[in-house]
Formats: sequence, C-alpha cells, structure tokens
Amino acid sequence: MPRYFTEEHEWIDVDGDVATVGITDFAQGQLGDIVFVEVPDTGAELSKGGDAAVVESVKAASDVYAPVDGTVTEGNGQLEEDPALVNSDAEGEGWFFRMTLADKSQLDGLMDATAYKAFCDAL
Amino acid sequence: MREDDENPIETATLPLDAWHRAKGGRMVEFAGYWMPIQYEGIMAEHLWTRENAGLFDVSHMGQLVLSGDNIAEALETLVPGDISALKPGRMRYSLLLDEDGGILDDLMITNSGHSFYLVVNGAVKWDDIAHLRDNLPDEITLNHMDDHGLLALQGPKAVDALARMGLTPLQPGWPTVGELVFMQASPYDWNGVPVALSRSGYTGEDGFEISLPNEALAAFADTLCAMAEVKPIGLGARDSLRLEAGLPLYGHDMTPEIDPAEADLGFAVSKRRREEENFPGAARILGHLEDGPPRKRVGLLVDGKLPVREGAKLFDGEDEIGVVTSGGFAPSVGAPVAMGYVPRDHAIPGTAIAAEVRGKLVHCTVTTMPFIPHRYVRKQGA
Repeated sequence: MPRYFTEEHEWIDVDGDVATVGITDFAQGQLGDIVFVEVPDTGAELSKGGDAAVVESVKAASDVYAPVDGTVTEGNGQLEEDPALVNSDAEGEGWFFRMTLADKSQLDGLMDATAYKAFCDAL
Repeated sequence: MREDDENPIETATLPLDAWHRAKGGRMVEFAGYWMPIQYEGIMAEHLWTRENAGLFDVSHMGQLVLSGDNIAEALETLVPGDISALKPGRMRYSLLLDEDGGILDDLMITNSGHSFYLVVNGAVKWDDIAHLRDNLPDEITLNHMDDHGLLALQGPKAVDALARMGLTPLQPGWPTVGELVFMQASPYDWNGVPVALSRSGYTGEDGFEISLPNEALAAFADTLCAMAEVKPIGLGARDSLRLEAGLPLYGHDMTPEIDPAEADLGFAVSKRRREEENFPGAARILGHLEDGPPRKRVGLLVDGKLPVREGAKLFDGEDEIGVVTSGGFAPSVGAPVAMGYVPRDHAIPGTAIAAEVRGKLVHCTVTTMPFIPHRYVRKQGA
C-alpha cells in the first residue's frame, strides 16, 4: 500500500480508490502536545489544498489540508476521546480521516517517504 | 498543515541564545527576540513548574533604573499606584497609563533604596522608555540595564533550589533568600557577581525573579539546572501558567483602549491616589470603579475540549457581547480556559455565554480567576 507525503506534512495511504490521511510524525513533533482534533464529517467534499481538519496543540490551532480531491468516508472517532494519539502514533492509530480519491493522477505530485525525509531534513 | 507565525522585522538574540539551543530549546520570534517556546514540551514543562521549579529566561523584558530626586512623586504622574508609600526593598505592580486612562503597559516598580527599578514588557519597552523620558523631569536619569539579563525561577521548590546557590546578602541583616517574602526585593553577592532577587513572578506559584549581569547568566542558569528540582521552561508554558493564574498579558488582555477598571486591575489604583484623583485618566477610571465599567475582564470555563483562543467572539444568544483576549488548554485544570471582555451585566460568575470557534458555538461559564489558586509566600512561617 503506497504512502505519499505532502509539503504541508500530511501523509496519505492509498488502498485502491480509498485513502487514509493523517499528519506526519515530524508534524506532530513540531506541534507539540495535541489537545484537540477536529476531523471532517463523513460525506464532506474535499478539494486538494483546501481545509480538511484542524489540529490544536497547547500553543496554537493549525489547519490540515486535503492532499487530493475526494469525499470523506470516515473520521477517526478515537481522536475525540484521545487527541494525544496523534503525538504517540501520528502515522498509525493517530490517522485523521478516510476519503475516496476523485483523481488518482493527483498522487503523482506528492512525495514518497525518501523524498519527504529529504524535504524535512532541508527545513 | 501550516501555522500562523508573527514575523517581526528584525529579530535580536538573547544573551542566553546559545544556552537555550544547547538545551534543546525550540526558538521562535517573540517581542523582537529569538526565544525558546519549549524544550521537552509545553504540557510537561507547565506541570513541572507547578510541582517543582522552572527556570525561565525573561531577558527580553526591559530593566530600567530611575535615579535622582523625587522619583516616586514623578512616577505617580504616570501610574495610579501609591509609589511614595513604597518602602526600600518593596515592590508594587502598577500600570503606565495614557492621559485617557488607557493602559500603555503593566510593570513592576521596586524601591531599591537609592533608586527605583522598573521591569517592563519586552514588546513595548522602547515605547515605555520614550514615554518615561518624555514625561519625567530632566533631573531624573533613566538607565536601561541592557547589560543585565533577567531569569525567573518559579514553583514550590524554587526557594529550596535558590537557597542552595550560595547567595550572600550584600549587608548583614538583609534578608536571606528564604527570608524574602512576596513582593520584596534585595541584593546579593554570588561568587563576586552582584545579583538582585525579588520574590515575584508570573505563574501564580511562589518564586523569584533574578537580575544579573549578562556575562554571568549562563553560569548561574547552569548551576540552577544542575539541581534535581530545576528544569528550563519555555514561553509556551509561561503563557499557560499565567493564564491559569488569571494574570493578564499586555497587548492581549490589556491595551491602550482598556482602563484598569475594565481590566479588573482596580487593586493597582491605590486608595490615596483615588482620594487625590490625580493620576492619568482619573475621571474615567474612578467613574468606572465607582459605577462599574461598561465591560470587564472575566475568566471563562469552557465546556468540552475545544480550545477557545484569543479573538474568539463571545455571544449571549444571537447577540455578540464581547471577545476572548487569551485562551487555550490549561494543563493543570485539564480543560480549556479563557479570559475575555464582557459587558458589566454579564460579568457575574455563573453567567452562561458562548464563544464562536470556526463557526461553532462553544458553551462557556463566566468565572472568577485565578483558575488555579495562587501560592505566593506572603509571610514567613505562614
């Protein structure tokens, strides 16, 4: 299952026509203690680069953007109870939402793990 | 994912810049300086300070010394406090007011015996210096102590750690570290370095502020941080600690549009000054203290987990009634809290209102502050 990364520090796991989206471990480390996550409603139409979710750390609220176009099929309900999951397992249990892929060609513009690591190292 | 950062035009470095970076401090721009927002994490640092002792570098703040004659009388033309009654070694929280009674800054004023020592906010220190120079008589000399840094050691174990530093009172009979009480200040010698301590701070905890020459800062900070109860603490926890303590932050909870009565800082308007009615904006402020201000700073307990932050509009039903000026997750409360301004008739504890966050209304309850009780050491043995 290929995983892609955005320059805005989201990751997206693609499985057929469905994808799972979260923020990267690098991102959670930058944000610090996460105290609230607002995931999109099921059925929400997302467009690449548009607002998708909000993550609140102790110090600030940060927007999370949709990596591609699509429709939300599920938000991670566990984050409501335990937002710190994003700190402890950002790229696993701390996923934000699942979505359909409207245009798989949009994935071509994203980074793979190696490219993303190089991108973070250069920051 | 993006964050909104403020980018001042020029960013200066603090004397301890390299020290912060070596300790793993994440540096951000604040008040014109690169400052550590956190080391290991805001939550952990906040809770550490409430239980142990946290070391803050607040060298961005302005340390000013006024020398000459009749300084107290001159200062009283600019602030509403009874500065003439301030005895040597005592300090007072006060407010620089414009002629309409609006707050230009909040500050600490200490009578050092031979002079007065002021600590003002870093973000407005240049404006404060200009205001003081413009308005104090020419015979009074203002010295900006930019060759000195300022540290704060805060928390219930601060006194134990600082008492072990080997600070010797400059004169026999002057208070030892442990003998100082809240809002008292005194000079010490530390291995030949002059160090001024005050028992004060901005966390609601017992603690000290420590002024010393720039070149001695790193050695002093290292010696403190070698003690088991002391860790360096960043700006992030400083903000959450002061929010829980109900302490307003200049530029956010106080501005030139807000007077001391509105800011719920009536305690800073001394009794004698109220009787004499001779401080800037006295008519407006005394009217507001007498009749109640049209709007007032209050605390807000927030339902649920969604943080309500600065700028959130406050509503009573359909009516927009006010605004949040500080807010966020409060680690020691375990929930979000906020402070903001509401009309007088809503400033009653228990009043239910709502805050708007990203188009949603979050229920809030007006409450008295602090959110976490202050633990100042006011008298020895108490």
